[in-house]
Amino acid sequence: MTRRLSLFNLTSLIFGFAFLYLPILLLVVYSFNASRLVTVWGGFSTQWYGALFRNEALMEAAWVTLRIALLSATLATVLGTLAALALTRYGRFFGRTLFTGMVYAPMVMPEVITGLSLLLFFVAIGLDRGFWTIALAHTTLTMCFVTVVVQSRLMTFDRSLEEAAMDLGAPPLRTFFAVTLPLIAPSIVAGFLLAFTLSLDDLVIASFNTGPGATTLPIKIYSQVRLGLSPEVNAASAILIGIVTLGVVVATLLTKRSAARARRDGH
Amino acid sequence: MGAVRRAFAPWSDPNAKPLISFENITKRFGDAVAVDNLSLNIFEGEFFCLLGPSGCGKTTLMRMLAGFEQPTAGRITLAGQDLAGVPPYRRPVNMMFQSYALFPHMSVEKNIAFGLKQDGLPKAEITSRVEEMLRLVQLERLAKRYPSQLSGGQRQRVALARALAKRPKLLLLDEPLGALDKKLREATQFELMDIQHELGMTFVVVTHDQEEAMTMADRIAVMDQGHLAQVATPGEIYEQPKTRFIAEFVGDVNILEGNVMGQENGLWRVQTPSADAPLTIDDPDEVLHSGQAVAIAVRPEKMVIQRDPPGPNARNVLTGEVWDIGYLGDWTVYRVKLASGAILRVTRANASRFVENPIDWDEQVYVTFAPNAAVILAE
Amino acid sequence: MAERSLTRKLTASLVPALPYLWLGVFFLVPFLIVLKISLSDPAVAQPPYKPVFDWSDIAGFFSQLDLDNFETLVGDDLYLSATLSSIRIATISTILLLLVGFPVAYAMARAPERHRPLLVALVILPFWTSFLIRIYAWIAILKPEGLLNQGLMALGAISEPLTILNTEWAVYIGIVYAYLPFMVLPLYAALEKMDDTLLEAALDLGSPPWRSFWTITVPLAMPGIIAGSLLCFIPAVGEFVIPDLLGGSETLMIGRQLWSEFFSNRDWPLASAVAILLLIILVVPIVIYRDVEARRLETES
Repeated sequence: MTRRLSLFNLTSLIFGFAFLYLPILLLVVYSFNASRLVTVWGGFSTQWYGALFRNEALMEAAWVTLRIALLSATLATVLGTLAALALTRYGRFFGRTLFTGMVYAPMVMPEVITGLSLLLFFVAIGLDRGFWTIALAHTTLTMCFVTVVVQSRLMTFDRSLEEAAMDLGAPPLRTFFAVTLPLIAPSIVAGFLLAFTLSLDDLVIASFNTGPGATTLPIKIYSQVRLGLSPEVNAASAILIGIVTLGVVVATLLTKRSAARARRDGH
Repeated sequence: MGAVRRAFAPWSDPNAKPLISFENITKRFGDAVAVDNLSLNIFEGEFFCLLGPSGCGKTTLMRMLAGFEQPTAGRITLAGQDLAGVPPYRRPVNMMFQSYALFPHMSVEKNIAFGLKQDGLPKAEITSRVEEMLRLVQLERLAKRYPSQLSGGQRQRVALARALAKRPKLLLLDEPLGALDKKLREATQFELMDIQHELGMTFVVVTHDQEEAMTMADRIAVMDQGHLAQVATPGEIYEQPKTRFIAEFVGDVNILEGNVMGQENGLWRVQTPSADAPLTIDDPDEVLHSGQAVAIAVRPEKMVIQRDPPGPNARNVLTGEVWDIGYLGDWTVYRVKLASGAILRVTRANASRFVENPIDWDEQVYVTFAPNAAVILAE
Repeated sequence: MAERSLTRKLTASLVPALPYLWLGVFFLVPFLIVLKISLSDPAVAQPPYKPVFDWSDIAGFFSQLDLDNFETLVGDDLYLSATLSSIRIATISTILLLLVGFPVAYAMARAPERHRPLLVALVILPFWTSFLIRIYAWIAILKPEGLLNQGLMALGAISEPLTILNTEWAVYIGIVYAYLPFMVLPLYAALEKMDDTLLEAALDLGSPPWRSFWTITVPLAMPGIIAGSLLCFIPAVGEFVIPDLLGGSETLMIGRQLWSEFFSNRDWPLASAVAILLLIILVVPIVIYRDVEARRLETES
C-alpha cells in the first residue's frame, strides 16, 4: 500500500529543510558577489576566490589544518576501532565502566572544558603548544566518535560468520583480518571521515592548544569574522562546503554498500 | 470439519435485514485493483470468515469496514447507516489487529480500558468492564503486566479483550490466530467460537488458513483477486466447490481432467486419460454439453485404495503403483502414480492398530471412488 | 605452543589497553589537573599559576589547595548570572528545538520508506559542514542591513529593520539552527520505530487523531524526546561560538566567561574553577543521558 504525506507533514519537511539549507545556500551564492559589502548584491564575480588563493596566511592555515586533520583522523581511526572492538568483543575487563565513561564523556563534554584541560595538561608536562598538541587533542576527541560508529556496526555483525571461519580452520587473528575487518571496513571509513571533518571544523579546542606557527583555518576565519563580514571568508566557506558535500556523497555511497552487505548477511 | 451447526441461517431468509452490506464496492490503489465491484451481505450474529490467499483483497475489505480505507466506488452500510465519511473513531466497529497492536507503554488493564476512556464512561464502570473482560479471557492475574511481559497467547487474549470491551456491533479479527503455534491455535479457535456465541456478537474474521475458517465460520467467503469466488457454509465450500480454485485452495483434492461424453441415467460419463474406462459422475446440477473439457475433483478421503482388482461392475477404477506412503497416525497418505503419469493422493483412516500384510511401496494398486464422491468443475 | 598462546594473549590484550591508556593520559589526567588547578592560586608567572606537582612536600601540596576560586565564583554576581543565564538560554533553546524538530522528525518518519534514508542524510549533511561557517552565515542574514531585513522590507512586512543580531534572539536562532540535527535524529529514531497499527488501533477504539498524538505518539517518542533534549541542552549550556558571534555583549554565558577568564584575564585557576562549575551543572543531565542511551542500546540488542 502506498502512503502519501499529509499536507501538514509535507509543509513541516519543506520548512525544516529550508531552514537547514537556506543559510548555507545564501552563503555560497554571496561568495560570488562582486561587491565588498557581503549582503548587497553587486553582480556576479569570482574575484574573492582569486583573492583567497593569493591570501598566503589563509592558505598556510588551510595547509596546517589539513595536515592536523589527516594525522589525528588516522590515529583516531586506529584507536577508535580498537576501543569499539574492546567494548563489543571483550565482555568484562578491569575498569570497563571507567573505560566506557571515558569513551562517551568527551562527546558530551563542552568543548571549552576539553580544550582547557588538555592545554593545562600539555603545560604541566612541558610540551610546547603547536601542531602536535592540536593533533593529540583532536585525536582524543574524535576517536570517541569513531568508536561509536564502528561499535554500532559491530553490534549488528553476525557472529556466526566468524564462527564459520574458525570452524573452517582460521585462527582468531586471521579470522579477524579475513572476515571481520573487510565487513566492518565501510564503518571504519565512515568513522575516519567523521574524525577528519570534526578536526577540520574545530575552533574551540584548537584555540586553547594552538601555538606559534599552528594557526588553523577555523582560528583564522574566526579572527576575521570577529572583525565583520568578509567576502573572502564566504569564498573559503563555499569551497569547504563543496569539499564536505563531496565527502558526504562518497561516505553515503560507502555506507549504502555496507548496508546492502549487512542485509545480505541476513539482517 | 465443517460440522452442521445450530439451525442459524439468516442468509437463506429473504426477509432478513443484513447487518453489513457491501454494495458494488471497488477499491483501487493507484492502478492496482484490490477489490473489484463486490457485493456481500453479512447478518447479525454471524461468524463470518473472509478466506483467501495473500493479496486477494480480504484485508482491504476489512479495513474498509473499520474505516482505514475508503472505497473508490460503492457503498457500505452498517445496520442501514451509510458508513461513507464516518471516521474510524466514530464507527461502532472494533478490530483485533494481526500484530495485536497493544500499546507497549500501557499495562494490560490500561490497554483494555483505552477504548472505554475514549467514550468518557464513568471510572467505576470502566473498572468493572475491564474486570469483566479480564475474566472473559482469563487474564485476571496479569492485569498490571505490560505487553512485553506476556506470551504470544496472552497478548492475543489482551487484544481480544480490548476489542471486545466497547461491546461493538461488529468485531473484526485480522488473522487472529496467525501468530500462535498449532496446538494453541486449535484451542483458541474453539474459545473464540464460545465467546462469540456467549456475547451474541457479529464476528468477521480475515484468514488465509482454510482449516481455521472451516472450524469457526458460519459462512465463508472465498476471495480471489478482488472477487468473491464463493460465499457459502463450510460444508458447501468443501463438498460443492464452485471452481477449481476453491477446490484446490480449501483442503486437498485430486483433479482429473477429461471430456464429457454424455449423460446416462442422470449420471455424467467423462473420458479421461487417467482411466481406461470412462468415469461416471453424479453431479446433476451441472449443465454440460458433449465434448466439453472439464475437471473432476475428488477429495483424497473419498477414494478407496486396494490391492485386489475390484469386481467387473465397479465404476471409476484407476490403476497405478504406490509411489510414496506417509504415515500420519490417524491417517495414512498414499501417493499413487497412474499410467498417465498423474499422481493421486489417497488417504485411509487407520481404524485398527494392526493391519496384516499392509500395502507396500511399488505395489500395483486399484483406486476407486463412488460417482457421488466427485464434483465436476467446468473449465 | 605455550609461547604462541602467550603472545596471542598479549596481542589480544593490546586491543583494550591502547585506547584505554590513551584516554587515561589525554582525558582523565588532564581533567584531574583542571580540578587541581581550580583549587590553587594564580601567580604572575609562566605558566600563570602555582606549580601543580611538588612531590617532595605532600602535606604542603594539600595545604596549598583551597576553595578561594570557588569563593570568588560564588561571591561575584557575574558568575552567578552567567550560570543562570546559560541555563535559561539552553532551556529555552531546547524547548524551541523540540517545537521545530518534532514536526520535521514526525514527517520524516511518516514519509514513504524508500525516501527515509535520503531525508536522514539531508538532516545530517549540514552537520558535516563547518559549525563556524554555518553560524557565520547567520550574521549576513540577521544584520540590520542583512538579507532577512532586506527581504521583509521588500515584502512590506516591516518598515524599519529589525534588530536581531547581537541580541539573545540571534543566539536562540543560532542554537536552534546548529543543533537541529541532534534533536531531529533521536526523535526520528523513536518515531520511526513506532508501529503504525498502534495509531490505527487507537482510532479504532474511538480516539481521534489529535488525542492519539498525546496518548500514544508522545509517550512512545519519550526516549527520543529525552535523548534529543539532553543532546541539545548539554552543549548549549557550555556554548561559546554562538553567543560570541551572534549574541550581544550583554548575552552572558558561562562558556564565554571561561574563554575570557582564560584568554583575556589570563586567570587560569579561575578559568579552571569555571570549568568545574560548568561540569557540576552538567553532571546530572550527562548521567541521565548516559542512562537513557544505555537503556536504548540494551533494548535494541
